[in-house]
Amino acid sequence: MAATVVNPTRMELTRLKGKLKTAQRGHKLLKDKRDELMKQFLDTVREVRQLRTQVEEELMKVHGSFTVASALMSASAMGQALMYPKQSVELEMSFQNVMSVNVPTYHYKTRTEDEGDIFPYGFATTSGELDGAVEALGSVFQSMLKLAQIEKTAQLLAEEIEKTRRRVNALEYVVIPNTQESIRYITMKLDENERSTTTRLMKVKDMLLAQALEEKRAADARSMEDYQARH
Amino acid sequence: MASYRIAVLGDQDSVQGFQALGLSTFPVDTVEQARTTLHQLAKEDVAIIYLTETLAVDLERDIARYKDNLTPAIILIPGKEGPLGIGMSNIKKAVERAVGADIL
Repeated sequence: MAATVVNPTRMELTRLKGKLKTAQRGHKLLKDKRDELMKQFLDTVREVRQLRTQVEEELMKVHGSFTVASALMSASAMGQALMYPKQSVELEMSFQNVMSVNVPTYHYKTRTEDEGDIFPYGFATTSGELDGAVEALGSVFQSMLKLAQIEKTAQLLAEEIEKTRRRVNALEYVVIPNTQESIRYITMKLDENERSTTTRLMKVKDMLLAQALEEKRAADARSMEDYQARH
Repeated sequence: MASYRIAVLGDQDSVQGFQALGLSTFPVDTVEQARTTLHQLAKEDVAIIYLTETLAVDLERDIARYKDNLTPAIILIPGKEGPLGIGMSNIKKAVERAVGADIL
């Protein structure tokens, strides 16, 4: 049953046929978009899972070394050593368009030329474990940045897929069937009208014929009477 | 191209190392403090916020708010207590959201 009341007119029928065509085309395009997004998404997610496991593992090692370092040094000495960073990181963000989803890509710039130049303290007063920990953290950071990029990408893609999937379903299960139903309804109504018009015309024709016959008979009868009166 | 900052949010011990790398670190002690800092950072020019999982447990709703925004990307990292598996389960959630079922 059509969800909305439609006027059974030819103009409405033409409009609905156009709408159906657009909906079907849109449905096909969105479906393609969804499939491609899904492909991209699954690739990204696989990468994220792998990288995340790796980063988590490495970070735990780093935390471990920091713990060792803090055991060997006093908390205040360690805080002091790490307090003023030598290196500073600036992040540049650009966007990449994946199936009309803007996903970020990060490029980071260090203030000093040498990326390894990260130790913000003199080596005299600190323990060697701290050096190791800071260095390890520096190398994990590369992966962390990559992780941030692809994890955000995955989140954004997931959102877009959800939206697209809803659109596809709305078109497939609501808009298209409803429009088809309306078109069928209008076509039937128009055919019905046509048939009733034909029947009416036939009826009118019958009535007119009967009337004409009647008149003709009456005229014939009159002429017959005239003729008989004259002879 | 605008340049952004990278923030690290967590307890003192978990974040202090990142300071040496030149990231902006925000050591916090309480969840409430973390929440206000998180929202504050989201308004600023911070593109990535690394948040320890320990804090993320209590900030789920706050994190969800930024999930669909381009910035900031809130990335969970294990705190010094070890990975709690929240980061992983978030990926799982994303898959479920997109596909409708966890297929990986």
